[in-house]
Amino acid sequence: MADARLVLTARECRVQIIRMLTHAGSGHPGGSLSVIDILTALYFGRLRHDPRYPDWPDRDRVVLSKGHAVPALYTVMAKAGYFPESQLITLRKLGSPLQGHPDRTMLPGIEAATGSLGQGLSISLGLALGLRLRRSPARVYCILGDGEIQEGQVWEAAMSAPKLGRPMHGLDNLTVILDYNKIQLDNFVAKILDLEPVLAKWQAFGWTVIEIDGHDFDQIAKALDQAEATVGPVIVVAHTVKGKGVSFMENDPEWHGKAPKPAEAIRAIREILGVGEAAWDGYLAKNPPTRALVDELSALEKT
Amino acid sequence: MPAKASRAAFGEALLELGAKDDRIVTVDADLSKSTMTARFAKTYPDRAFNLGIAESNMVGIGAGLALAGRIPFVCSFACFVVGRFETIRISVAYTNANVKIVGTHAGIAIGEDGYSQMGLEDIACIRALPNLPVIQPADELETRQAVAWAVEHEGPLYLRLTRQNLEPVCPPDYRFRPGRWLVLRPGNEVTLIGSGGTVFNCLEAAKLLEADSISAEVVNAASIKPLDEEGLLGSAGKTGHVVTAEDHAITGGLGGAVAEALAEALPTPLKRLGVQGFGESGDPKSLYAKHGLDPAGIAASVRKFLNR
Repeated sequence: MADARLVLTARECRVQIIRMLTHAGSGHPGGSLSVIDILTALYFGRLRHDPRYPDWPDRDRVVLSKGHAVPALYTVMAKAGYFPESQLITLRKLGSPLQGHPDRTMLPGIEAATGSLGQGLSISLGLALGLRLRRSPARVYCILGDGEIQEGQVWEAAMSAPKLGRPMHGLDNLTVILDYNKIQLDNFVAKILDLEPVLAKWQAFGWTVIEIDGHDFDQIAKALDQAEATVGPVIVVAHTVKGKGVSFMENDPEWHGKAPKPAEAIRAIREILGVGEAAWDGYLAKNPPTRALVDELSALEKT
Repeated sequence: MPAKASRAAFGEALLELGAKDDRIVTVDADLSKSTMTARFAKTYPDRAFNLGIAESNMVGIGAGLALAGRIPFVCSFACFVVGRFETIRISVAYTNANVKIVGTHAGIAIGEDGYSQMGLEDIACIRALPNLPVIQPADELETRQAVAWAVEHEGPLYLRLTRQNLEPVCPPDYRFRPGRWLVLRPGNEVTLIGSGGTVFNCLEAAKLLEADSISAEVVNAASIKPLDEEGLLGSAGKTGHVVTAEDHAITGGLGGAVAEALAEALPTPLKRLGVQGFGESGDPKSLYAKHGLDPAGIAASVRKFLNR
């Protein structure tokens, strides 16, 4: 049975993703909403980390290779305590450590600059190897986008991972998660450059492949357990829905890289919270924080 | 000291430093026999990683190793490693990962293999990144010191090395320091700045010029970024004429860096010598002659520049 706490946390993060993108006026809602359940599962219960000590040498690492989904990462980091949640709405503003794509030097807890697609897997391999070389128990989690694996560097890395460091320092500490939401910027992945058969490709490269529903916390947890118990690198192919949780964003390539307008954002938040249109006013009357959020976003309409 | 390729001096220095510091690791892409890390790999097999012919992955793995506290030397021909510029730009530079990028086989001096194997635009590319020093040692002594400094320096950098043997040019008591150039021969009519493989030729050219009663000051610019601005302006102010000679594209390298600095701080007549157009196959000596980078060519350019 799904951990109710994780469901609730992911819902709150979805609301914050919509909020911060609306404030920013630009960004990538679709891929942030598809990956947020995976990030929630990692940051709340899975990772060995300490937000008060982001440089802890033996912390588990998360490399969000699909760096454009960083709003999702910022929401879980804020909730975990890396920085105050009030800072979320500085996303993409001049001087903010919450850069449009991850900047390791500006925000403690970010492990690598990503967003130039195709690079995060190689970095994760090096991290996993380096940790093994100094006998650290830390694990490395790398999150790839589906469109991203069209990049050639991903396959250089994929080819090298099963053998890298063996026999002494094999990468038994690496778990890769593919956020397979089936959409990239220009269109559906299958229409631009199909990845299929994606499981067979990774298997042929020597990886252990686990296939799950990337919005099912039980399946995510089980897959991550299985990955930890596996010798050699593992990729979890997580089937996800781009824009998950917001009806008008789901499965629509238009919402890959477009921020919602305030009215759209308010509707999106209502849907994420699972409140029908008719019940909305009553809900807001009983939930002052949501009321305040709606007022905050409405005010953006006027500016 | 006999003449030695800076790649060979690098391989020896790394072997020695590796014995003292087990954080040092090497990352190669099927050219370890050429980049001279092969002996390190033989001595420390669990600290040497050959990724096959996949340079982007090599650079990225180097970045990850650095983020995990290792000191990776990521090595290939200059053209191949810097050719993965976007990975260097994001995974190494912007991430500020402590990666030592080593580009060997710099310039047309590699000769017969031709243009596709020649690192000719690498300085221009790396110099544009905000946080990577660019270091090109001129002989064995300087290479050993530059490698030792690279280990100590916290942060990414680029080390540019030669395939060909280099005659010793630095005095035995020389200490490499970033942002400091070395005056190898004092003079007062023209400042002749070389780097790496061209330094010795600049010294030889200065001898030819002396025979014509032209006094050339010869400077070894191992630290291309940061420049030794104080040293440059001091010498340029004294001689009033500056000539740069480099085995790199004429655009964006040492000459470009010197031009930028002089134009802003002390406009001085400047002549840049370097590689025009693409490189090509040929014996190194003839190629240097063709591009005016041999002693006679450098001396001739200086005479013309000074109207002498």
